[in-house]
Amino acid sequence: MPPITEADEHQLDQELSGLDALELAPAPRAEWASRIWAATWPKLLAVAIALLLWQLVVWSGWKKPWQLPPPGPVFRALWDGLQNGTIWRGIGLTLRRAVYGYSLALVIGVAVGLLVARSRVLRSGVGSMITGLMTMPSIAWFPLAIVLLGGNESAIMFVVVLGAAPAIANGLIAGIDNVPPILVRAGRVLGARGTNLWRHVILPAAMPTFATGLKQGWAFAWRSLLAGELIVIVRGTPSLGAQLSNARDLREMELLIAIMIVILVIGILADSLVFGRIERYVRKRFGLVDAAGS
Amino acid sequence: MTTVSEPFQGTSSPDGSPASGPGTTGAGAIRVQGVSKAFGRGEGAVVALDRISLEVPTGGFVALVGASGCGKSTLLNLLAGLDTPTRGDVAVEGRTALMFQEAALFPWLTVAQNVSLALKLRKVPKRQRPAMVDELLDTVHLADFADKRPHELSGGMRQRVAIARAFAQDADTLLMDEPFGALDAMTRDLLHDELERLWVERGFTCLFVTHNVREAVRLADRVEVLSSRPGRVAAGFDVPFDRPRRIEDPDVSGLAGEITVRLREEVRRHATDH
Ligand SMILES: Nc1ncnc2c1ncn2[C@@H]1O[C@H](COP(=O)(O)OP(=O)(O)OP(=O)(O)O)[C@@H](O)[C@H]1O
Ligand SMILES: [Mg+2]
Repeated sequence: MPPITEADEHQLDQELSGLDALELAPAPRAEWASRIWAATWPKLLAVAIALLLWQLVVWSGWKKPWQLPPPGPVFRALWDGLQNGTIWRGIGLTLRRAVYGYSLALVIGVAVGLLVARSRVLRSGVGSMITGLMTMPSIAWFPLAIVLLGGNESAIMFVVVLGAAPAIANGLIAGIDNVPPILVRAGRVLGARGTNLWRHVILPAAMPTFATGLKQGWAFAWRSLLAGELIVIVRGTPSLGAQLSNARDLREMELLIAIMIVILVIGILADSLVFGRIERYVRKRFGLVDAAGS
Repeated sequence: MTTVSEPFQGTSSPDGSPASGPGTTGAGAIRVQGVSKAFGRGEGAVVALDRISLEVPTGGFVALVGASGCGKSTLLNLLAGLDTPTRGDVAVEGRTALMFQEAALFPWLTVAQNVSLALKLRKVPKRQRPAMVDELLDTVHLADFADKRPHELSGGMRQRVAIARAFAQDADTLLMDEPFGALDAMTRDLLHDELERLWVERGFTCLFVTHNVREAVRLADRVEVLSSRPGRVAAGFDVPFDRPRRIEDPDVSGLAGEITVRLREEVRRHATDH
Protein backbone atom coordinates (compact mmCIF):
# COMPACT_ATOMS: atom_id res chain seq x y z
CA MET A 1 0.00 0.00 0.00
CA PRO A 2 1.40 3.43 -0.74
CA PRO A 3 0.95 5.67 2.23
CA ILE A 4 -2.14 7.74 1.57
CA THR A 5 -1.27 11.28 2.53
CA GLU A 6 -3.74 13.77 3.82
CA ALA A 7 -3.46 15.74 0.63
CA ASP A 8 -4.45 12.65 -1.33
CA GLU A 9 -7.39 12.07 0.96
CA HIS A 10 -8.49 15.61 0.52
CA GLN A 11 -8.30 15.28 -3.22
CA LEU A 12 -10.27 12.04 -3.12
CA ASP A 13 -12.92 13.74 -1.07
CA GLN A 14 -13.15 16.59 -3.50
CA GLU A 15 -13.38 14.29 -6.47
CA LEU A 16 -16.05 12.24 -4.79
CA SER A 17 -18.11 15.13 -3.56
CA GLY A 18 -17.95 16.44 -7.11
CA LEU A 19 -19.39 13.14 -8.28
CA ASP A 20 -21.97 13.13 -5.52
CA ALA A 21 -23.07 16.64 -6.39
CA LEU A 22 -23.78 15.35 -9.87
CA GLU A 23 -25.79 12.49 -8.46
CA LEU A 24 -27.98 14.62 -6.25
CA ALA A 25 -30.17 17.01 -8.15
CA PRO A 26 -31.31 19.99 -6.05
CA ALA A 27 -34.90 19.62 -4.83
CA PRO A 28 -37.24 22.27 -6.21
CA ARG A 29 -38.75 24.41 -3.45
CA ALA A 30 -42.02 26.16 -4.04
CA GLU A 31 -42.80 29.43 -2.30
CA TRP A 32 -44.33 28.77 1.13
CA ALA A 33 -47.36 31.04 0.83
CA SER A 34 -48.15 30.04 -2.71
CA ARG A 35 -47.95 26.41 -1.70
CA ILE A 36 -50.52 26.90 1.06
CA TRP A 37 -52.73 28.80 -1.34
CA ALA A 38 -52.37 26.05 -3.93
CA ALA A 39 -53.45 23.50 -1.31
CA THR A 40 -56.36 25.61 0.00
CA TRP A 41 -58.16 27.08 -2.98
CA PRO A 42 -59.51 23.79 -4.39
CA LYS A 43 -60.99 23.06 -0.98
CA LEU A 44 -62.54 26.52 -0.70
CA LEU A 45 -63.98 26.10 -4.16
CA ALA A 46 -65.49 22.73 -3.21
CA VAL A 47 -67.10 24.26 -0.10
CA ALA A 48 -68.47 27.14 -2.17
CA ILE A 49 -69.96 24.73 -4.70
CA ALA A 50 -71.54 22.64 -1.93
CA LEU A 51 -73.13 25.74 -0.38
CA LEU A 52 -74.39 26.89 -3.75
CA LEU A 53 -75.97 23.49 -4.48
CA TRP A 54 -77.60 23.50 -1.06
CA GLN A 55 -79.03 26.97 -1.66
CA LEU A 56 -80.26 25.89 -5.12
CA VAL A 57 -82.04 22.87 -3.65
CA VAL A 58 -83.74 25.14 -1.10
CA TRP A 59 -84.74 27.59 -3.85
CA SER A 60 -86.12 24.77 -5.96
CA GLY A 61 -88.83 24.34 -3.33
CA TRP A 62 -88.26 20.58 -3.11
CA LYS A 63 -88.71 20.64 0.66
CA LYS A 64 -90.38 23.13 2.93
CA PRO A 65 -87.95 25.59 4.59
CA TRP A 66 -88.70 24.12 8.04
CA GLN A 67 -87.54 20.75 6.73
CA LEU A 68 -84.49 21.98 4.84
CA PRO A 69 -83.39 25.47 5.90
CA PRO A 70 -81.05 27.47 3.65
CA PRO A 71 -77.34 27.99 4.59
CA GLY A 72 -77.86 31.50 6.01
CA PRO A 73 -80.02 30.61 9.02
CA VAL A 74 -77.99 27.46 9.64
CA PHE A 75 -74.80 29.45 9.99
CA ARG A 76 -76.63 31.92 12.20
CA ALA A 77 -77.68 29.00 14.43
CA LEU A 78 -74.11 27.77 14.41
CA TRP A 79 -72.84 31.19 15.38
CA ASP A 80 -75.41 31.48 18.18
CA GLY A 81 -74.58 28.03 19.49
CA LEU A 82 -70.89 28.87 19.53
CA GLN A 83 -71.61 32.25 21.17
CA ASN A 84 -73.74 30.92 24.01
CA GLY A 85 -71.36 28.04 24.59
CA THR A 86 -73.68 25.07 24.12
CA ILE A 87 -71.90 23.82 21.00
CA TRP A 88 -68.51 24.33 22.65
CA ARG A 89 -69.68 22.31 25.64
CA GLY A 90 -70.86 19.59 23.24
CA ILE A 91 -67.55 19.63 21.40
CA GLY A 92 -65.67 19.42 24.69
CA LEU A 93 -67.70 16.48 25.93
CA THR A 94 -67.62 14.52 22.72
CA LEU A 95 -63.92 15.15 22.14
CA ARG A 96 -63.11 14.07 25.68
CA ARG A 97 -64.94 10.82 25.05
CA ALA A 98 -63.20 10.47 21.70
CA VAL A 99 -59.74 10.96 23.19
CA TYR A 100 -60.47 8.69 26.12
CA GLY A 101 -61.99 5.93 23.98
CA TYR A 102 -59.33 6.19 21.32
CA SER A 103 -56.52 6.04 23.89
CA LEU A 104 -58.04 2.92 25.38
CA ALA A 105 -58.39 1.41 21.91
CA LEU A 106 -54.78 2.32 21.18
CA VAL A 107 -53.48 0.55 24.26
CA ILE A 108 -55.61 -2.52 23.67
CA GLY A 109 -55.01 -2.56 19.91
CA VAL A 110 -51.24 -2.32 20.30
CA ALA A 111 -51.15 -4.97 23.01
CA VAL A 112 -53.29 -7.40 21.03
CA GLY A 113 -51.44 -6.60 17.81
CA LEU A 114 -48.06 -7.31 19.40
CA LEU A 115 -49.25 -10.53 20.98
CA VAL A 116 -50.78 -11.79 17.77
CA ALA A 117 -47.82 -10.78 15.63
CA ARG A 118 -45.37 -12.53 17.93
CA SER A 119 -47.21 -15.78 18.36
CA ARG A 120 -47.80 -18.14 15.48
CA VAL A 121 -50.66 -19.92 17.24
CA LEU A 122 -52.53 -16.72 17.99
CA ARG A 123 -51.92 -15.50 14.47
CA SER A 124 -54.07 -18.04 12.69
CA GLY A 125 -56.93 -17.90 15.19
CA VAL A 126 -57.12 -14.38 16.52
CA GLY A 127 -55.74 -12.77 13.37
CA SER A 128 -58.74 -13.66 11.28
CA MET A 129 -61.08 -12.79 14.14
CA ILE A 130 -59.66 -9.28 14.18
CA THR A 131 -60.40 -8.80 10.49
CA GLY A 132 -63.86 -10.19 11.14
CA LEU A 133 -64.44 -7.66 13.91
CA MET A 134 -63.52 -4.87 11.55
CA THR A 135 -66.36 -5.78 9.20
CA MET A 136 -68.91 -5.68 12.03
CA PRO A 137 -70.94 -2.43 11.94
CA SER A 138 -70.32 -0.90 15.36
CA ILE A 139 -73.97 0.01 15.80
CA ALA A 140 -74.77 -3.71 16.00
CA TRP A 141 -72.86 -3.86 19.28
CA PHE A 142 -75.10 -1.41 21.12
CA PRO A 143 -77.94 -3.67 22.19
CA LEU A 144 -75.45 -6.01 23.81
CA ALA A 145 -73.39 -3.16 25.27
CA ILE A 146 -76.45 -1.56 26.84
CA VAL A 147 -77.58 -4.82 28.40
CA LEU A 148 -74.10 -5.58 29.70
CA LEU A 149 -73.03 -2.14 30.87
CA GLY A 150 -76.25 -0.14 31.13
CA GLY A 151 -77.34 2.91 29.18
CA ASN A 152 -74.38 5.03 30.18
CA GLU A 153 -71.00 6.22 29.04
CA SER A 154 -69.39 2.80 29.54
CA ALA A 155 -71.59 1.34 26.83
CA ILE A 156 -70.46 4.06 24.43
CA MET A 157 -66.79 3.54 25.31
CA PHE A 158 -67.20 -0.21 24.89
CA VAL A 159 -68.39 0.22 21.34
CA VAL A 160 -65.79 2.88 20.50
CA VAL A 161 -63.02 0.56 21.66
CA LEU A 162 -64.49 -2.39 19.79
CA GLY A 163 -64.65 -0.23 16.68
CA ALA A 164 -61.17 1.24 16.82
CA ALA A 165 -58.97 -1.38 18.50
CA PRO A 166 -59.24 -4.03 15.73
CA ALA A 167 -58.23 -1.50 13.09
CA ILE A 168 -55.23 -0.43 15.16
CA ALA A 169 -54.23 -4.01 15.94
CA ASN A 170 -54.67 -4.94 12.32
CA GLY A 171 -52.44 -2.08 11.18
CA LEU A 172 -49.72 -3.22 13.53
CA ILE A 173 -49.99 -6.87 12.52
CA ALA A 174 -50.02 -6.06 8.81
CA GLY A 175 -47.06 -3.74 9.31
CA ILE A 176 -45.08 -6.43 11.10
CA ASP A 177 -46.02 -9.05 8.52
CA ASN A 178 -44.89 -6.86 5.68
CA VAL A 179 -41.48 -5.89 7.04
CA PRO A 180 -39.12 -6.50 4.10
CA PRO A 181 -37.22 -9.72 4.90
CA ILE A 182 -33.98 -8.16 3.75
CA LEU A 183 -34.19 -5.63 6.59
CA VAL A 184 -34.70 -8.38 9.15
CA ARG A 185 -31.68 -10.19 7.70
CA ALA A 186 -29.67 -6.99 7.81
CA GLY A 187 -30.64 -6.59 11.45
CA ARG A 188 -29.64 -10.13 12.26
CA VAL A 189 -26.30 -9.71 10.52
CA LEU A 190 -25.71 -6.61 12.65
CA GLY A 191 -26.24 -8.77 15.70
CA ALA A 192 -29.80 -7.79 16.63
CA ARG A 193 -31.60 -10.75 18.19
CA GLY A 194 -34.87 -11.07 20.08
CA THR A 195 -35.96 -7.85 21.71
CA ASN A 196 -33.25 -5.86 19.97
CA LEU A 197 -34.44 -7.06 16.58
CA TRP A 198 -37.97 -5.98 17.43
CA ARG A 199 -36.94 -2.67 18.83
CA HIS A 200 -34.46 -1.64 16.17
CA VAL A 201 -35.81 -3.28 13.05
CA ILE A 202 -39.26 -4.86 13.07
CA LEU A 203 -41.26 -2.22 14.92
CA PRO A 204 -39.74 0.78 13.15
CA ALA A 205 -40.18 -0.96 9.80
CA ALA A 206 -43.85 -1.60 10.62
CA MET A 207 -44.56 2.10 11.22
CA PRO A 208 -45.97 3.16 7.82
CA THR A 209 -48.69 0.51 7.89
CA PHE A 210 -49.27 1.10 11.60
CA ALA A 211 -49.80 4.81 10.93
CA THR A 212 -52.48 3.89 8.39
CA GLY A 213 -54.06 1.64 11.02
CA LEU A 214 -54.07 4.52 13.51
CA LYS A 215 -55.88 6.71 11.02
CA GLN A 216 -58.38 4.01 10.18
CA GLY A 217 -58.91 3.35 13.89
CA TRP A 218 -59.73 7.00 14.40
CA ALA A 219 -62.34 6.90 11.63
CA PHE A 220 -63.94 3.86 13.28
CA ALA A 221 -63.80 5.45 16.74
CA TRP A 222 -65.38 8.70 15.58
CA ARG A 223 -68.24 6.97 13.79
CA SER A 224 -68.91 4.58 16.67
CA LEU A 225 -68.83 7.45 19.13
CA LEU A 226 -71.43 9.52 17.31
CA ALA A 227 -73.63 6.49 16.76
CA GLY A 228 -73.32 5.76 20.47
CA GLU A 229 -74.17 9.32 21.48
CA LEU A 230 -77.32 9.18 19.36
CA ILE A 231 -78.42 5.85 20.78
CA VAL A 232 -77.31 6.13 24.39
CA ILE A 233 -78.35 9.54 25.67
CA VAL A 234 -76.72 10.02 29.03
CA ARG A 235 -78.68 12.44 31.19
CA GLY A 236 -77.01 15.75 31.87
CA THR A 237 -74.33 15.33 29.22
CA PRO A 238 -75.17 17.54 26.23
CA SER A 239 -72.70 15.86 23.89
CA LEU A 240 -72.80 16.60 20.16
CA GLY A 241 -74.79 13.42 19.57
CA ALA A 242 -77.26 14.28 22.32
CA GLN A 243 -77.67 17.82 20.96
CA LEU A 244 -78.26 16.39 17.50
CA SER A 245 -80.92 14.07 18.79
CA ASN A 246 -82.44 16.90 20.81
CA ALA A 247 -82.57 19.23 17.81
CA ARG A 248 -84.43 16.58 15.87
CA ASP A 249 -86.96 16.12 18.65
CA LEU A 250 -87.56 19.87 18.83
CA ARG A 251 -87.59 20.19 15.01
CA GLU A 252 -84.80 22.80 15.18
CA MET A 253 -83.49 22.04 11.74
CA GLU A 254 -81.06 24.99 11.64
CA LEU A 255 -79.35 23.77 14.80
CA LEU A 256 -79.46 20.17 13.63
CA ILE A 257 -77.59 20.94 10.43
CA ALA A 258 -75.23 23.29 12.29
CA ILE A 259 -74.23 20.44 14.62
CA MET A 260 -73.80 18.12 11.68
CA ILE A 261 -71.38 20.64 10.19
CA VAL A 262 -69.47 20.75 13.47
CA ILE A 263 -69.21 16.94 13.50
CA LEU A 264 -68.01 16.92 9.91
CA VAL A 265 -65.42 19.62 10.53
CA ILE A 266 -64.04 17.90 13.63
CA GLY A 267 -63.71 14.65 11.68
CA ILE A 268 -61.90 16.37 8.84
CA LEU A 269 -59.60 18.34 11.14
CA ALA A 270 -58.66 15.31 13.24
CA ASP A 271 -58.00 13.33 10.11
CA SER A 272 -55.88 15.92 8.35
CA LEU A 273 -54.22 17.67 11.29
CA VAL A 274 -53.48 14.67 13.48
CA PHE A 275 -53.68 11.33 11.71
CA GLY A 276 -52.95 12.47 8.18
CA ARG A 277 -49.98 14.36 9.53
CA ILE A 278 -48.64 11.35 11.42
CA GLU A 279 -49.04 9.23 8.34
CA ARG A 280 -47.37 11.76 6.08
CA TYR A 281 -44.54 12.24 8.53
CA VAL A 282 -43.82 8.53 8.71
CA ARG A 283 -44.12 8.03 4.98
CA LYS A 284 -41.84 10.96 4.34
CA ARG A 285 -39.25 9.66 6.75
CA PHE A 286 -39.30 6.37 4.91
CA GLY A 287 -39.05 8.08 1.56
CA LEU A 288 -42.40 6.67 0.52
CA VAL A 289 -43.68 9.97 -0.82
CA ASP A 290 -42.34 11.99 -3.65
CA ALA A 291 -40.61 14.90 -1.93
CA ALA A 292 -41.60 17.29 -4.71
CA GLY A 293 -45.24 16.23 -4.88
CA SER A 294 -48.27 17.30 -2.85
CA MET B 1 -9.00 -3.31 17.48
CA THR B 2 -10.91 -5.14 20.13
CA THR B 3 -12.33 -8.44 19.10
CA VAL B 4 -14.38 -10.81 21.13
CA SER B 5 -13.70 -14.22 19.80
CA GLU B 6 -16.75 -16.38 19.77
CA PRO B 7 -16.96 -20.10 19.29
CA PHE B 8 -17.33 -21.49 15.83
CA GLN B 9 -20.76 -21.02 14.33
CA GLY B 10 -20.57 -24.21 12.36
CA THR B 11 -19.96 -27.80 13.22
CA SER B 12 -16.37 -28.34 12.09
CA SER B 13 -13.56 -28.36 14.56
CA PRO B 14 -11.81 -25.08 15.14
CA ASP B 15 -8.27 -26.31 14.55
CA GLY B 16 -6.08 -23.44 13.46
CA SER B 17 -5.59 -22.95 9.79
CA PRO B 18 -2.38 -21.51 8.44
CA ALA B 19 -2.34 -17.79 8.55
CA SER B 20 -1.63 -16.02 5.35
CA GLY B 21 -1.94 -12.37 4.52
CA PRO B 22 -0.94 -9.62 6.85
CA GLY B 23 -2.26 -8.84 10.30
CA THR B 24 -3.54 -12.10 11.71
CA THR B 25 -4.46 -11.05 15.23
CA GLY B 26 -8.03 -11.88 16.08
CA ALA B 27 -8.88 -12.74 12.48
CA GLY B 28 -11.13 -15.59 11.48
CA ALA B 29 -11.31 -18.24 8.84
CA ILE B 30 -14.00 -19.64 6.61
CA ARG B 31 -14.43 -23.30 5.86
CA VAL B 32 -17.09 -24.79 3.63
CA GLN B 33 -17.15 -28.58 3.35
CA GLY B 34 -19.36 -30.47 0.95
CA VAL B 35 -22.16 -27.97 1.30
CA SER B 36 -25.34 -28.39 -0.68
CA LYS B 37 -28.29 -26.08 -0.61
CA ALA B 38 -31.61 -26.75 -2.24
CA PHE B 39 -34.60 -24.45 -2.19
CA GLY B 40 -37.91 -26.25 -2.06
CA ARG B 41 -38.47 -29.98 -2.09
CA GLY B 42 -39.02 -32.77 -4.57
CA GLU B 43 -39.55 -32.06 -8.25
CA GLY B 44 -39.54 -28.29 -8.14
CA ALA B 45 -36.50 -27.97 -5.92
CA VAL B 46 -33.76 -25.63 -7.07
CA VAL B 47 -30.30 -26.88 -6.20
CA ALA B 48 -28.38 -23.67 -5.69
CA LEU B 49 -25.20 -25.28 -4.37
CA ASP B 50 -24.02 -28.84 -4.83
CA ARG B 51 -21.28 -30.23 -2.60
CA ILE B 52 -19.21 -27.10 -2.71
CA SER B 53 -16.00 -26.93 -0.71
CA LEU B 54 -14.04 -23.81 -0.12
CA GLU B 55 -11.56 -22.47 2.35
CA VAL B 56 -10.39 -19.01 3.19
CA PRO B 57 -7.34 -18.85 5.43
CA THR B 58 -7.34 -16.58 8.45
CA GLY B 59 -6.71 -13.04 7.28
CA GLY B 60 -6.99 -14.10 3.67
CA PHE B 61 -8.78 -12.35 0.86
CA VAL B 62 -10.63 -14.62 -1.54
CA ALA B 63 -12.77 -13.48 -4.44
CA LEU B 64 -15.60 -15.55 -5.80
CA VAL B 65 -16.61 -15.16 -9.43
CA GLY B 66 -19.31 -17.01 -11.27
CA ALA B 67 -22.22 -16.57 -13.58
CA SER B 68 -25.41 -14.98 -12.33
CA GLY B 69 -27.56 -17.42 -10.40
CA CYS B 70 -24.76 -19.86 -9.59
CA GLY B 71 -25.35 -19.58 -5.86
CA LYS B 72 -22.88 -16.96 -4.66
CA SER B 73 -25.36 -15.02 -2.57
CA THR B 74 -26.77 -18.28 -1.25
CA LEU B 75 -23.30 -19.28 -0.06
CA LEU B 76 -22.75 -15.98 1.72
CA ASN B 77 -26.13 -16.27 3.42
CA LEU B 78 -25.14 -19.69 4.71
CA LEU B 79 -21.85 -18.34 5.97
CA ALA B 80 -23.58 -15.48 7.76
CA GLY B 81 -25.86 -17.94 9.49
CA LEU B 82 -28.99 -16.54 7.87
CA ASP B 83 -29.79 -19.89 6.34
CA THR B 84 -28.81 -23.48 7.01
CA PRO B 85 -27.24 -25.79 4.45
CA THR B 86 -29.22 -28.80 3.23
CA ARG B 87 -26.04 -30.83 3.56
CA GLY B 88 -22.47 -30.30 4.67
CA ASP B 89 -20.76 -28.01 7.12
CA VAL B 90 -20.01 -24.34 7.13
CA ALA B 91 -17.72 -22.84 9.71
CA VAL B 92 -16.90 -19.22 10.21
CA GLU B 93 -14.61 -18.16 12.98
CA GLY B 94 -15.38 -15.09 15.03
CA ARG B 95 -17.90 -12.39 14.33
CA THR B 96 -19.17 -12.14 10.79
CA ALA B 97 -20.32 -9.11 8.82
CA LEU B 98 -22.27 -9.56 5.62
CA MET B 99 -22.73 -6.84 3.10
CA PHE B 100 -25.75 -7.74 0.99
CA GLN B 101 -26.01 -7.43 -2.74
CA GLU B 102 -28.54 -4.64 -2.17
CA ALA B 103 -27.68 -1.91 0.32
CA ALA B 104 -30.38 -3.03 2.79
CA LEU B 105 -30.19 0.18 4.79
CA PHE B 106 -32.89 1.02 7.31
CA PRO B 107 -35.00 3.68 5.57
CA TRP B 108 -36.21 5.30 8.79
CA LEU B 109 -32.67 6.08 9.96
CA THR B 110 -30.29 8.69 8.63
CA VAL B 111 -26.99 7.67 7.11
CA ALA B 112 -25.18 8.34 10.38
CA GLN B 113 -27.81 6.48 12.41
CA ASN B 114 -27.59 3.48 10.12
CA VAL B 115 -23.88 3.24 10.78
CA SER B 116 -24.30 4.07 14.44
CA LEU B 117 -26.80 1.25 14.94
CA ALA B 118 -24.15 -1.25 13.92
CA LEU B 119 -21.90 0.19 16.63
CA LYS B 120 -24.68 0.18 19.19
CA LEU B 121 -25.53 -3.44 18.51
CA ARG B 122 -21.94 -4.44 19.15
CA LYS B 123 -22.14 -2.49 22.40
CA VAL B 124 -19.82 0.39 21.65
CA PRO B 125 -20.41 2.96 24.41
CA LYS B 126 -22.64 5.82 23.32
CA ARG B 127 -19.99 8.49 23.82
CA GLN B 128 -17.59 6.85 21.41
CA ARG B 129 -20.08 6.33 18.62
CA PRO B 130 -20.28 9.78 16.96
CA ALA B 131 -16.55 10.02 16.38
CA MET B 132 -16.44 6.49 14.99
CA VAL B 133 -19.39 7.19 12.70
CA ASP B 134 -17.66 10.30 11.38
CA GLU B 135 -14.52 8.34 10.69
CA LEU B 136 -16.38 5.54 8.92
CA LEU B 137 -18.36 7.96 6.77
CA ASP B 138 -15.11 9.70 5.94
CA THR B 139 -13.73 6.39 4.76
CA VAL B 140 -16.48 6.05 2.19
CA HIS B 141 -16.36 9.79 1.48
CA LEU B 142 -19.89 10.49 2.63
CA ALA B 143 -19.21 12.75 5.61
CA ASP B 144 -21.38 15.47 4.08
CA PHE B 145 -24.38 13.17 3.84
CA ALA B 146 -24.51 12.02 7.46
CA ASP B 147 -27.96 13.49 8.06
CA LYS B 148 -29.58 12.38 4.82
CA ARG B 149 -31.92 9.43 4.65
CA PRO B 150 -31.18 6.48 2.37
CA HIS B 151 -33.87 7.44 -0.13
CA GLU B 152 -32.17 10.78 -0.62
CA LEU B 153 -29.00 9.11 -1.85
CA SER B 154 -28.05 7.62 -5.17
CA GLY B 155 -27.71 3.86 -5.49
CA GLY B 156 -23.93 4.02 -5.38
CA MET B 157 -23.96 6.24 -2.32
CA ARG B 158 -26.30 3.85 -0.53
CA GLN B 159 -23.91 1.07 -1.34
CA ARG B 160 -21.12 3.08 0.26
CA VAL B 161 -23.18 3.57 3.42
CA ALA B 162 -23.64 -0.20 3.51
CA ILE B 163 -19.88 -0.57 3.24
CA ALA B 164 -19.40 1.84 6.15
CA ARG B 165 -21.97 -0.11 8.16
CA ALA B 166 -20.18 -3.37 7.42
CA PHE B 167 -16.87 -1.86 8.51
CA ALA B 168 -18.58 -0.55 11.65
CA GLN B 169 -19.21 -4.11 12.71
CA ASP B 170 -15.45 -4.54 12.94
CA ALA B 171 -15.96 -8.23 12.28
CA ASP B 172 -13.33 -10.92 12.06
CA THR B 173 -14.81 -12.06 8.80
CA LEU B 174 -16.21 -9.77 6.16
CA LEU B 175 -18.47 -11.22 3.50
CA MET B 176 -19.18 -8.86 0.61
CA ASP B 177 -21.73 -9.55 -2.10
CA GLU B 178 -20.94 -7.46 -5.18
CA PRO B 179 -20.39 -4.40 -3.02
CA PHE B 180 -19.13 -2.20 -5.81
CA GLY B 181 -21.52 -3.30 -8.54
CA ALA B 182 -23.51 -0.09 -8.56
CA LEU B 183 -20.55 2.28 -8.58
CA ASP B 184 -18.91 4.25 -11.35
CA ALA B 185 -15.38 3.15 -12.23
CA MET B 186 -13.70 6.04 -10.48
CA THR B 187 -15.48 5.68 -7.16
CA ARG B 188 -14.97 1.96 -7.36
CA ASP B 189 -11.21 2.35 -7.79
CA LEU B 190 -11.08 4.64 -4.78
CA LEU B 191 -13.03 2.18 -2.68
CA HIS B 192 -10.77 -0.67 -3.79
CA ASP B 193 -7.91 1.29 -2.27
CA GLU B 194 -9.90 1.88 0.92
CA LEU B 195 -10.92 -1.74 1.25
CA GLU B 196 -7.35 -2.91 0.72
CA ARG B 197 -6.08 -0.38 3.24
CA LEU B 198 -8.61 -1.47 5.88
CA TRP B 199 -7.89 -5.12 5.21
CA VAL B 200 -4.15 -4.53 5.68
CA GLU B 201 -4.80 -2.42 8.79
CA ARG B 202 -7.34 -4.64 10.51
CA GLY B 203 -6.39 -8.04 9.18
CA PHE B 204 -9.88 -9.46 8.81
CA THR B 205 -10.71 -12.38 6.58
CA CYS B 206 -12.56 -11.37 3.44
CA LEU B 207 -14.71 -13.29 1.03
CA PHE B 208 -15.64 -11.07 -1.85
CA VAL B 209 -18.23 -11.90 -4.51
CA THR B 210 -18.05 -10.08 -7.81
CA HIS B 211 -18.91 -10.35 -11.48
CA ASN B 212 -15.91 -8.26 -12.34
CA VAL B 213 -12.90 -10.52 -12.83
CA ARG B 214 -10.43 -7.65 -12.91
CA GLU B 215 -11.78 -6.39 -9.63
CA ALA B 216 -11.33 -9.88 -8.20
CA VAL B 217 -7.69 -10.01 -9.31
CA ARG B 218 -7.08 -6.44 -8.15
CA LEU B 219 -8.20 -7.25 -4.61
CA ALA B 220 -7.82 -10.92 -3.77
CA ASP B 221 -5.06 -13.37 -2.84
CA ARG B 222 -7.00 -16.02 -4.63
CA VAL B 223 -9.87 -16.10 -7.09
CA GLU B 224 -12.28 -19.03 -7.11
CA VAL B 225 -14.39 -19.65 -10.17
CA LEU B 226 -17.79 -21.18 -9.50
CA SER B 227 -19.57 -23.33 -12.02
CA SER B 228 -23.21 -22.68 -12.71
CA ARG B 229 -26.21 -24.48 -11.31
CA PRO B 230 -25.50 -26.41 -9.30
CA GLY B 231 -22.70 -24.22 -8.02
CA ARG B 232 -19.34 -25.80 -7.37
CA VAL B 233 -15.79 -24.57 -7.40
CA ALA B 234 -14.61 -25.14 -10.98
CA ALA B 235 -11.16 -23.61 -10.70
CA GLY B 236 -9.00 -21.55 -8.40
CA PHE B 237 -6.31 -19.04 -9.27
CA ASP B 238 -3.68 -17.67 -6.91
CA VAL B 239 -2.87 -14.03 -7.40
CA PRO B 240 0.86 -13.70 -6.80
CA PHE B 241 1.24 -9.99 -7.53
CA ASP B 242 2.60 -7.55 -4.98
CA ARG B 243 0.32 -5.05 -3.33
CA PRO B 244 -0.63 -2.35 -3.81
CA ARG B 245 -2.03 -3.22 -7.21
CA ARG B 246 -3.91 -1.14 -9.66
CA ILE B 247 -6.78 -2.44 -11.67
CA GLU B 248 -5.08 -1.30 -14.88
CA ASP B 249 -1.79 -3.13 -14.14
CA PRO B 250 -0.79 -5.40 -17.04
CA ASP B 251 -0.32 -8.32 -14.60
CA VAL B 252 -3.83 -7.87 -13.30
CA SER B 253 -5.28 -7.63 -16.80
CA GLY B 254 -3.33 -10.69 -17.91
CA LEU B 255 -4.53 -12.97 -15.14
CA ALA B 256 -8.03 -11.53 -15.37
CA GLY B 257 -8.05 -12.48 -19.04
CA GLU B 258 -7.04 -16.02 -18.18
CA ILE B 259 -9.73 -16.33 -15.53
CA THR B 260 -12.33 -14.84 -17.85
CA VAL B 261 -11.57 -17.56 -20.42
CA ARG B 262 -12.17 -20.18 -17.74
CA LEU B 263 -15.33 -18.46 -16.57
CA ARG B 264 -16.67 -18.31 -20.13
CA GLU B 265 -16.09 -22.02 -20.49
CA GLU B 266 -18.18 -22.57 -17.40
CA VAL B 267 -20.97 -20.36 -18.60
CA ARG B 268 -20.93 -22.01 -22.04
CA ARG B 269 -20.91 -25.49 -20.53
CA HIS B 270 -23.89 -24.52 -18.45
CA ALA B 271 -25.70 -23.07 -21.44
CA THR B 272 -25.26 -26.28 -23.49
CA ASP B 273 -26.29 -28.45 -20.54
CA HIS B 274 -29.88 -27.40 -20.94
N1 LIG C 1 -35.05 -18.05 -1.35
C1 LIG C 1 -34.94 -18.75 -2.49
N2 LIG C 1 -35.93 -19.57 -2.89
C2 LIG C 1 -35.83 -20.28 -4.04
N3 LIG C 1 -34.77 -20.25 -4.84
C3 LIG C 1 -33.76 -19.43 -4.52
C4 LIG C 1 -33.78 -18.64 -3.34
N4 LIG C 1 -32.64 -17.92 -3.27
C5 LIG C 1 -31.94 -18.27 -4.36
N5 LIG C 1 -32.59 -19.16 -5.12
C6 LIG C 1 -32.11 -19.78 -6.36
O1 LIG C 1 -30.80 -20.23 -6.13
C7 LIG C 1 -29.97 -19.94 -7.22
C8 LIG C 1 -28.77 -19.17 -6.77
O2 LIG C 1 -29.17 -17.89 -6.36
P1 LIG C 1 -28.14 -16.81 -5.81
O3 LIG C 1 -28.89 -15.60 -5.44
O4 LIG C 1 -27.29 -17.43 -4.78
O5 LIG C 1 -27.27 -16.51 -7.13
P2 LIG C 1 -26.03 -15.54 -7.32
O6 LIG C 1 -24.87 -16.37 -7.70
O7 LIG C 1 -25.86 -14.67 -6.15
O8 LIG C 1 -26.49 -14.68 -8.57
P3 LIG C 1 -26.18 -13.16 -8.91
O9 LIG C 1 -24.78 -13.11 -9.40
O10 LIG C 1 -27.14 -12.85 -10.01
O11 LIG C 1 -26.41 -12.39 -7.68
C9 LIG C 1 -30.83 -19.23 -8.25
O12 LIG C 1 -31.20 -20.19 -9.23
C10 LIG C 1 -32.03 -18.79 -7.50
O13 LIG C 1 -33.16 -18.87 -8.31
MG1 LIG D 1 -26.13 -12.73 -5.78
